[in-house]
Amino acid sequence: MKPPVEAPAPGPGEALIAPGQTMESVTRTISDIPLRHPYPRFWWTGFLVAFALVLLLLTSIAWLFTRGVGIWGINMPIAWGFAIVNFVWWIGIGHAGTFISAILLLLHQTWRTSINRFTEAMTLFAVACAGLFPILHLGRPQFFYWLVPYPDSMGLWPQFRSPLEWDVFAVSTYATVSLVFWYVGLLPDLATMRDRAATRFKARLYGLFSLGWRGDVRHWVHYQKLYILLAGLAAPLVISVHTIVGLDFAIAILPGWHSTIFPPYFVAGAIFSGFSMVLTLIIPLRAVYKLQGLITARHLDLMAKVMMATGWIVIYGYAEEFFNAWRSGNVYERFVDVNRAVGPYAGYFWVLMACNVIAPQFLWSRCLRHNVGVLFVVALLVNVGMWIERFVIVVTSLHRDFLPSSWGMYHATFWDYSTLAGTVGLFVALLFLFLRFLPAISMTEMRRFVATKEGGP
Amino acid sequence: MKAPVHGLLAAYASETSFRAALRGLREAGCVRTDAYTPYPLEAGLLPQAATPVGWIMLLAGVIGASGGFFLQWFASRDYPLNVGGRPLNSWPAFIPITFELTVLTAALVGVLTLFCLAGLPRLHHPVFTDPRFKRASQDRFFICLRADDPLYASENVRRILTDLHPESIAEVPA
Repeated sequence: MKPPVEAPAPGPGEALIAPGQTMESVTRTISDIPLRHPYPRFWWTGFLVAFALVLLLLTSIAWLFTRGVGIWGINMPIAWGFAIVNFVWWIGIGHAGTFISAILLLLHQTWRTSINRFTEAMTLFAVACAGLFPILHLGRPQFFYWLVPYPDSMGLWPQFRSPLEWDVFAVSTYATVSLVFWYVGLLPDLATMRDRAATRFKARLYGLFSLGWRGDVRHWVHYQKLYILLAGLAAPLVISVHTIVGLDFAIAILPGWHSTIFPPYFVAGAIFSGFSMVLTLIIPLRAVYKLQGLITARHLDLMAKVMMATGWIVIYGYAEEFFNAWRSGNVYERFVDVNRAVGPYAGYFWVLMACNVIAPQFLWSRCLRHNVGVLFVVALLVNVGMWIERFVIVVTSLHRDFLPSSWGMYHATFWDYSTLAGTVGLFVALLFLFLRFLPAISMTEMRRFVATKEGGP
Repeated sequence: MKAPVHGLLAAYASETSFRAALRGLREAGCVRTDAYTPYPLEAGLLPQAATPVGWIMLLAGVIGASGGFFLQWFASRDYPLNVGGRPLNSWPAFIPITFELTVLTAALVGVLTLFCLAGLPRLHHPVFTDPRFKRASQDRFFICLRADDPLYASENVRRILTDLHPESIAEVPA
């Protein structure tokens, strides 16, 4: 059986770990962040700002449940609005975590080792934010369980032929499997935390969650098999989830949505936005917590390259949409694309082009790519661009379809923006709690990385 | 009267001497040996049947797939919906949910299998009483020759453990 992490191949240029690291030093560096709580001022400031936004989210949801979805800007014909834009954006962000932890593991990309735990956490929290929106958008959210097949007294079943029903299964499976994968990865690290904890209370708490793991050689054999198989399951799962999200649109007959390019183009867009979010978060965190020895310049360089590669698939998707609209000869398809570029939402469209098409091209230059500031700004712009992309897809297709008499406009309200900002706060607050209480880098995998590098077996 | 003993626990600082000691014990004929490492190593260091995790997960996946498909097939008969004259068993539309339930079942059963095989969750184990064992999850390799091994009392076997310069060696109470 192949071990999940092989001996590191010395990469061209820089190393994947700073010289002089030992098993003891990586364990100490990583476990000290939750155990010693360094830089409390940074943590408290960040957490409290994020928590204020969580309160805003709760307020928005309370008001939504009181008054109904009419507090948002949605109307006929634009019934989807921010809720679906945010849903697709968040779930896309989550996909980079699974991509890094599962697909790069199966491809033996050893550089994933120091970032996979953090990005898996990012996946979980992004999916939590994404999962809120379809339920909030239901109108009667108290009946969300009607989407689940259960033997109800009316003898009804959900419509299994609908992509929206597929979404229910895809997103809930994705959330569950991501959680399980993350927890299995955490298990040996929780044992390390238990053994390093300074107080009896902490040792007991980490001990409970580590379930009595003791690194038995026989247990490791089962563990490794399970871990690689979970990665093998998560890899097609992540592709299926965004494929299904793409099908939510593609199966509708609406011009601008009804296209076979949607599933692959959505998957690439998801990984593109996810990597930009990883960079946006990791660049400041490694600076604050001084983790440059573990998350090196080479990691950032490789992530920037993945971002560019997926970015080009997305650009291909944009080009394909325009080409197909022209080539099909369908007047409605052609109109949607012209309307996107010069219609009332043209501003959004051109900002999208600037953020997703132009901005990443700066990263062709090695010198700019290695400039942490430039990389951070590009990643931030891609995050914004990918949000606007979903806005353009959702709103411009809906607002002017076949019949001019049913055209309309969409204007987001305060509550649309407050809910979006609130989920950003929820995401960041959960990440801060994760940093505070759990090891943000896999100590087990880093130890093996160091040990095999030092010429162990 | 002496307190009951779980075994003899030896700690090694290097993976090389840990492996040599394990090999020595196996050659001497010790059968009841446990070993603990701070990161996963390859299978076959200790005698052990091949891990059944893969087969169990495959079986769970098949059950999830057939159960998922059956659910949708059954529902389309229990409450027939005629969508543009298409067949009730419109199987291509049932594939996404079938796939999701395959993955879900296999993953959950896989984790439960690990817990069963490793005897987790478990609140206590004799090796935890040894304060040295805290480093088993950090940077030390441990070998435990269990007291129920027929060769436990043999001086020869103990010499194998000590000859490879363990950092420390001591008995652990049961």
